[in-house]
Amino acid sequence: MATIHVDGKQYDVDGADNLLQACLNLGLDIPYFCWHPALGSVGACRQCAVKSFRDENDKMGRIVMSCMTPASNGTYISIDDEEAKAFRATIVEFLMTNHPHDCPVCEEGGHCHLQDMTVMTQHHSRSYRFTKRTHLNQDLGPFIGHEMNRCISCYRCVRYYKDYAGGTDLGVYGSAANVYFGRAEEGTLESEFSGNLTEVCPTGVFTDKTHSERYTRKWDMQYAPSICASCSVGCNVSPGERYGEIRRVENRYHGELNGYFLCDRGRFGYGYTNLKDRPRHPLIDGATVTSDVALGAARGMINGASKVIAIGSPRASVEANYALRTMVGAASFYDGHATQEGELVKLALQIVRDGPVPATTITAMEDADAVLVLGEDITATAPRMALAVRQAARGKGRALADEKKVSDWQAISLADLLQRDSYPVFVASVDSTRLDDIAHATVRAAPEDLARLGFAVANLLDASSPAVAGLDEATAAQAKAIADALAAAKKPLIISGTGAGSTAVMQAAANIAWALKAKNDATGLALTLPEANSYGLAMLEPQPLADALEALASGAADTLVVLENDLYRRAPKAVVDAALAKVKSLIVIDHTATDATARAQVVLPAATVFEGDGTVVNYEGRAQRHFQVYDPKYYDASLAQVESWRWLAVLEAASGWKILDDITGACATAVSGLAGIVDAAPGAAFRIDGLKIAREPHRYSGRTAMRANQAVSEIRQPVDPDTPLSFSMEGYNGVGGLDRPAALMPYAWAPGWNSPQSWNKFQQEIGGHLRGGDPGKLLFAGGATQAYFTDVPAAFTPSGSGSGFRVLPLHLHFGGDELSSRAEPIRERASTAFVAIARADVARAGVNGHATVSVDGELVQLPTFISDTLPAGTVGLPAGFAGVPFVAYGVDATVSGG
Amino acid sequence: MSTPETVVKLAELTGKTQEAPFVLTDDERHEIEHEIAHYPDARAASIGALKIIQARRGWVPDGALEPVAKMLGIGAAELEGVATFYSLIYRKPVGRHVVKVCDSITCFMVGYEDIKKTLEQHLGITHGQTTADGRFTMLPICCIGACDKGPALMVDDDLHHDLTPDNVVGIVEAYK
Ligand code: SF4
Ligand code: SF4
Ligand code: FES
Ligand code: FES
Repeated sequence: MATIHVDGKQYDVDGADNLLQACLNLGLDIPYFCWHPALGSVGACRQCAVKSFRDENDKMGRIVMSCMTPASNGTYISIDDEEAKAFRATIVEFLMTNHPHDCPVCEEGGHCHLQDMTVMTQHHSRSYRFTKRTHLNQDLGPFIGHEMNRCISCYRCVRYYKDYAGGTDLGVYGSAANVYFGRAEEGTLESEFSGNLTEVCPTGVFTDKTHSERYTRKWDMQYAPSICASCSVGCNVSPGERYGEIRRVENRYHGELNGYFLCDRGRFGYGYTNLKDRPRHPLIDGATVTSDVALGAARGMINGASKVIAIGSPRASVEANYALRTMVGAASFYDGHATQEGELVKLALQIVRDGPVPATTITAMEDADAVLVLGEDITATAPRMALAVRQAARGKGRALADEKKVSDWQAISLADLLQRDSYPVFVASVDSTRLDDIAHATVRAAPEDLARLGFAVANLLDASSPAVAGLDEATAAQAKAIADALAAAKKPLIISGTGAGSTAVMQAAANIAWALKAKNDATGLALTLPEANSYGLAMLEPQPLADALEALASGAADTLVVLENDLYRRAPKAVVDAALAKVKSLIVIDHTATDATARAQVVLPAATVFEGDGTVVNYEGRAQRHFQVYDPKYYDASLAQVESWRWLAVLEAASGWKILDDITGACATAVSGLAGIVDAAPGAAFRIDGLKIAREPHRYSGRTAMRANQAVSEIRQPVDPDTPLSFSMEGYNGVGGLDRPAALMPYAWAPGWNSPQSWNKFQQEIGGHLRGGDPGKLLFAGGATQAYFTDVPAAFTPSGSGSGFRVLPLHLHFGGDELSSRAEPIRERASTAFVAIARADVARAGVNGHATVSVDGELVQLPTFISDTLPAGTVGLPAGFAGVPFVAYGVDATVSGG
Repeated sequence: MSTPETVVKLAELTGKTQEAPFVLTDDERHEIEHEIAHYPDARAASIGALKIIQARRGWVPDGALEPVAKMLGIGAAELEGVATFYSLIYRKPVGRHVVKVCDSITCFMVGYEDIKKTLEQHLGITHGQTTADGRFTMLPICCIGACDKGPALMVDDDLHHDLTPDNVVGIVEAYK
């Protein structure tokens, strides 16, 4: 604690902060550019100047940069000082001498930090009369637009991209008044976290290209608090809609999960919801019908069935899955994961929910000082974790600074102290990963061998955990190095998950975490899961998918209801075909056209995550609510897509469910582990000052004219019975000074703060938790000590001859995720399907550029990719890619030239 | 994504010609390795490595960035940042002789502008340009430590001082 005096008033602040941060924490506005809560201070822009005085008697004072000055006890400063104000006005004018003043055509306009700061400093008119320096822009790929003339040289972009995100292909060139931020050569930005540039850059240099063609100003979009559906991290997002299309996805700050940053898949993968060929009307045998006709047909099929079974979905909400389970009964409710994946998710639940080490939050991961990633390429399977692990590695800079008594916000000093040093990160995986660049050591091996390595590490940490028989010397040495680093760490972190497809790998990871936990309470653990709501589905305890397919194939069941699931992604084609061939009636509820909807007699069009309300459970066991961004029917009354749970509530009329709260409440009551889901966000009755919370900013314009092409009279705004949000600019919008609950913040805006920096106005302290608590409700109450897992697998033995190879799933950031991979910009960024083969095996397989791969009887021709890292005897197939067959864990493929 | 933006490649911008693929010579490679050996972190040899290339080729061609960056264990973007920060690392071909005219404060006060004008008239180029015959490139330079004898300039590695509009032409003309 420190006492500081600002403009004659006394305040208590955290003495470890700099003055800028301390003042912002107090709600005092100082304009700034180069400082960013996640990036620290560099003192580059000079915008945050204040007057500093020696003591209360000093009347002269001197100008200092508040971001570079510690908030030490007894500091006297003035923000309002005339000279400081004049200085700041001059700085912004100076920074803008080359700026084109092109706000009307700039896509940053309306959520621009430069606009906000210019208004704040009251720089109203410019006096620069000379020629401006101009730059040529680069094509940076499908995600990010580039308009260098707008640059004010704050250096935030390179500090984020290079230092924070570990990217190597964005730099700064030139010097003095002629600096250029971009790639050395034009081309697609390589980092999977490039999209954050659009929010980090305080000007319109880097903007969202996916938004560009169908552009709408921030104040003219309608928003809702939403959750990214592209992995199990569950980053909080703020999607914006206009005219019935999602136009942009921006970060929605969460103090324990995504903080200020998203990954590119989550940010740019929304396009699937705007696809024209999505089911938006009920279909019977492919022909559009009314909802009533479709429901009647579905009811008839269900009533006339000898036996109805249902398959749930890890990409559908808890409510949707619960409604389906209620309709058919728990014994007939089947898992939407592939069979083995379902087992893996169950195991993960057991480890994280019931074990002694709960899942570590993303923010806490950044504090780890030794990390082992076992079996995962987290940049693909849980991307936001990878960004956090990069901060953990860099965290050594903070420790070095601490030793030298340097404040941790001194970004340049930290980087100078750190040089290329870092906290140890170990990556053990089946093939090279996108985190290898920060790894102190990497191990490449088949899943069995990764598990053996893990078990050996655990055994070194605690001899009472099972030993690994017949471990080779090299692996033993690797295990020793990893165990030593983890044992020496103050906050060791283990990350594993379902990505390697192996129970043994996850069990080994659990043993390591548990062995560490016995000695070190600060041990962290995180297990990644296949999809956004994998836990939510698993907690409803579905039966294994294989049993469903078998019941259908054998005729034990004749009618199938499928919820938001493309079965062809969950089992070999032949198995699904055989099952569906026997089905009398197939009803599919989905928002996306899949091979399964193509086979259905009845298709009921579901809402996407953007169009509906529901609850999902992330890798930590955090229940999070996503809210409907807009009502499609407002634009076109014939559109029929509604939440899957709503279709099911109508089909199951006896349930009495009318609104979201009814079904969420019913599920919470019926399923003990899910009791907390009602607390994920306030219910429909919640009001502030008697008002619902407005989805639209109060400056939303043009609503009267929106449907004028259909009728000149303005129709009533849609009513939202399910949530405390209104489809309108009417309602509570935060202008009155009361906080909206964090889970109900549709977008960030505060008076004078239009840019994403306005999130800083809603935190308990800058960069910390949101006021009132970060969104979501943790469902896991903390487990107990468990017995170690004891099934140490035998080492992988490649078949040395013939054409048989073990198939390993390779996870890629772009292209494997079912929904985002349908978005055009993601498709542009994704690689084509391929088969990876170890260099040593090229001759044995006889491949030459192309290979014919046969898995479970399915034959595909794929281009080959020769890998120097893939273990011999294995081939890698990109998981979830179109054109790549379904692969069960442990399956062999035959590979031959061709 | 249908309307591609108007895009001009940086390389085309500066009028560089597209050359054949760049290959580091063994000699360059050895000398860069030698330079790297002086430092605990190879990155520290960035400027040295660029100078090695420039000494042999007169400038640093685009194609050199990638292989040199690789040797230094950094990205090409970072090396280009270094290369473009320093005005005496040339990222465009220069003439046989580089005339570097001091425009810092003392020389400025004692007649830099006249010297510059004279050179411009005589050579037909201004700062940043090269004569059509490839003989001279003209660049501004920061204080070269000859303030007491200003105005001053350098041609290649030679310092010339006490310049006047009358003597400066003769000075540069001595460089063929
Ligand atoms: S491009 Fe943006 S972030 Fe980068 S220096 Fe310029 S204004 Fe700052
Ligand atoms: S890390 Fe996962 S949840 Fe977060 S934005 Fe990326 S895909 Fe979405
Ligand atoms: S914010 Fe303090 S100098 Fe830029
Ligand atoms: S100012 Fe020209 S040599 Fe010093």
